[in-house]
Formats: sequence, structure tokens, C-alpha cells
Amino acid sequence: MLRDAALVAGKDLRIELRSKVATNQVLPFAVLTLIIFAFALDADRGLLSTVAAGLFWVTVLFSGLLAIQRSFALEAGDDARDALRLSGLDGAAVFLGKAAAVTVQLLALEVLLAVGAVVLYDVSLSGAALLIATCLLATAGIAAAGVVYGAVAAGLRVRETLLPLLLLPVLAPVLLAAARASEAALATTTAAGWPWVRLLAVFSAVYLAFGVVAFGPLLEEA
Amino acid sequence: MTTSTRATRILGWATAITMVLTGWMALVISPADAVQRDAVRLLYLHVPTAWIAMYVSFGITTLASALYLWKRTRSRFWDIAAGASAEIGLVFIGLTLLVGSIWGRTTWGVWWTWDARLTSTAVLFVTYLGYLAVRRIPHEPLARSRRAAIVALAAFLNVPLVHYSVEWWRTLHQPASILSQRRLGDPQIHGVMAWTLLLAVVAFTILYAWLLIHRFRLAWVEEQAEEDALAIAIAERHAEADATPEPQVTS
Repeated sequence: MLRDAALVAGKDLRIELRSKVATNQVLPFAVLTLIIFAFALDADRGLLSTVAAGLFWVTVLFSGLLAIQRSFALEAGDDARDALRLSGLDGAAVFLGKAAAVTVQLLALEVLLAVGAVVLYDVSLSGAALLIATCLLATAGIAAAGVVYGAVAAGLRVRETLLPLLLLPVLAPVLLAAARASEAALATTTAAGWPWVRLLAVFSAVYLAFGVVAFGPLLEEA
Repeated sequence: MTTSTRATRILGWATAITMVLTGWMALVISPADAVQRDAVRLLYLHVPTAWIAMYVSFGITTLASALYLWKRTRSRFWDIAAGASAEIGLVFIGLTLLVGSIWGRTTWGVWWTWDARLTSTAVLFVTYLGYLAVRRIPHEPLARSRRAAIVALAAFLNVPLVHYSVEWWRTLHQPASILSQRRLGDPQIHGVMAWTLLLAVVAFTILYAWLLIHRFRLAWVEEQAEEDALAIAIAERHAEADATPEPQVTS
């Protein structure tokens, strides 16, 4: 199953690499969002460095919505979705593959955004272990839940508007936990960060398990 | 066509009677609070709606969705029941938020505060709003029902995650707020108040059952009507085809 998942992930990533939509549109969008926040919050008052963690994760969330929509738009044309279904790949493998591809893209995006935050928001990166654990687990959670709901919305005429409505409430715990853990890592608060990382781990595990079970039925009857 | 039967009429009367009784107990018999004065009477509206929405409505939606997804018990019945229950639950939880907001304004001085319970209730509200949105999308009905059932299960799965994250957010971050202390620190409740609250819960439970049956039947009849309309349309096209003479083939 893991080999099949790697096949699906490889396919998605290869398409993204060749179509360059992720690098030419999603990445610039994310950086643009960082700049927009600076306009909204008056960049010169030192406010940005205190709220940087929260803004960072909101940006990741919005870019994640785009990445997830992309992940299913890939299969919208030429009945590629039916082809995927007929390929004999297990639903769970397709789910894990797509989630892995989204995770890889978002992690790359987060590295770039972190650099952006350092440059634009005057953030000094510290607490590396906590920060890396937070990024890995939060991104896995966003990707797992996102791919489940992406499949729910896939193939519908209203998918662009439906996905945020479904996904954002579900990702509320991730946003909360990731923002708090990052704040702790960047030492903008004195609160402990690791309990939040545990919550992120539980969230990712729950949605990965749910996706493995639910993705087969979701693919079947699209 | 009506969705009422003898049983639902009895249920309807029971709702009306218990509601009037609750109103009388809540507004006349039960005492005003020493601190909150008459505002405390909102309790009899706030608690039952919250209770019905969170535990009964969404519980039944989850159960019905699971039964719909399970192949052996799959039927339209469970799908329609899940949708009907969620709709009523959403109305009730909306009422809870509305009444709570008014109550908060009179006792705490603010319409909204980022208290743990308030926040998780709001997230729950939006989550089920999304569920109902999935039920409304224009799509092939059976596929839509299946997707909706999966969304309902995921929404239920999300409830404890939201609950704990928000709870931590408000406790790890800062010492417990005065609000929750005030709420939890005074567990004593006057005897009459307790009875009134119990009656209110009973009244709202009957109301829920009555609404659920009507909403379910309405959805059921609606679906039948759609099928009938389709069958009639097909029959009409057939009749048209039979009525028009065969095109003359000339060669």
C-alpha cells in the first residue's frame, strides 16, 4: 500500500513540478498575504513580530486551501478521476499519496514563509526542535483533513466555495495549537509549547485514520 | 397533504401544554436571582436548547449517518432522519448562542467573550452549517447522501478535538477567567429552579421530537413528489412520442 501511496504522491508532485502552478501562483500568493497583513496591521509599530506566529499559520491555512483544491483539480479534466478509480489502487493508498503530496508542498511553502517572516516581520527563529515538530505535525494534519474534505467537494460545481466552509472549522484546533506552539518556540509567550504539539499529533493521527477508512467510499461514488 | 397524524397531534398538544407550563414556572413561580435578578430566567431557555442541540440532535444525526453508511442498514430513512435532526439541532444551537449572547450582555456586560464553551459552541455551529450545505448541493442524490454522511461522521469526530483545544487555549494561556468561575463556583440551585429547569428540558425534548417527525415526513413527501414528477414527465414524453405520427420515409 505504501508503494501505491508513493506512486500517487509522485504523480501529483511531478504534475505540480511541471505545471509550475504551485511555484508560480500559490507561493507568490502566500508571500503576498504576508505583505497584506503588514499593511493591515501597521508594520512600524512592532506589532507584527508579536503576532507573527498567528499570521504565519493563517497564511499557511489559506495557501493550504489552494493546494488542496489544486490536488483535486489535477484529476478534474479528461476523466482522470475515473482513471484513478479504475487503476485498481486502494482508496487508502490514494488518500495517503495525495496527503503526502500536499504535505510536501506545504512544508516547502512554510520554509519560504518562515524566511519571509524573518525578513518582513523581524522574527528571530528560536526553539528549532519545537518549531520543526509543530510544522511537521500541523502540516500533516492540514493535509490529511484537507484531502478528506477535498474529496467531499471534488467534482461539484460549488467546490471552490464549499471547501473553505467545510475545512476551516475543522482546522480550528490545528490553527490554535500550531499558533500557540510557534509562539512558545519564538518565545513571544512564556506558555509551554509541547502540549500543543501533542494535540497536533492526535489531530493528525485521527484524520489520517479517518481518511484511510473513508476515502475508498468517497472515491467510489463521485 | 398533511404530515400530521393522530400521534403527532397528541405530541403537538403535549408540547404546547408543557411549554405553557414552563413559561408559567419560569416567569411567575421561580424566584429571581439575588445577583442576576430576572435575567436568570433565560436559563430555562438557554440550557434546554443547548442540551437538545448538542446531545440529542447531533447525536441522532451521527447515529443515523453511521447507519446510512453501513451497507446492511442503508436506506433513505436514515439519510433523511440525519438531515432533519441536524436542521433542528442547528436552529436550537443558534437559539442557544442568541439567548446566551443576550444573557451575557445583561450579566457580563458583553455580547460575546472568547470563553472556552462559547468558542467551541460557535465552531460546532459552523461545522453543522457546513454539513447542511453539503446536503443542499446540486448533485446526484445518492452520491450526495453518502458524502453528507461522511461529513457528519467527521463533524462528530471533530467535536472532542475542538473542545479540548479551545479548553486548553483558555486555560494554558491565562488563569481561569472569572466567567467560568462564576458559572462553576455556584452549583447550588434553588429547588423550584431545578424543577423548572427539568420541566423546560422535558418540554424542549417533546418539541424536538414533534419537529423531527414533521420535518422527516416533509422531506420524505418531498422526495416522493420529485420521483412522481419525474415519472409523470417521462410518461408525458412517451405519450407525445406515441401521438405524433411516424415520420414518412420517402426515398
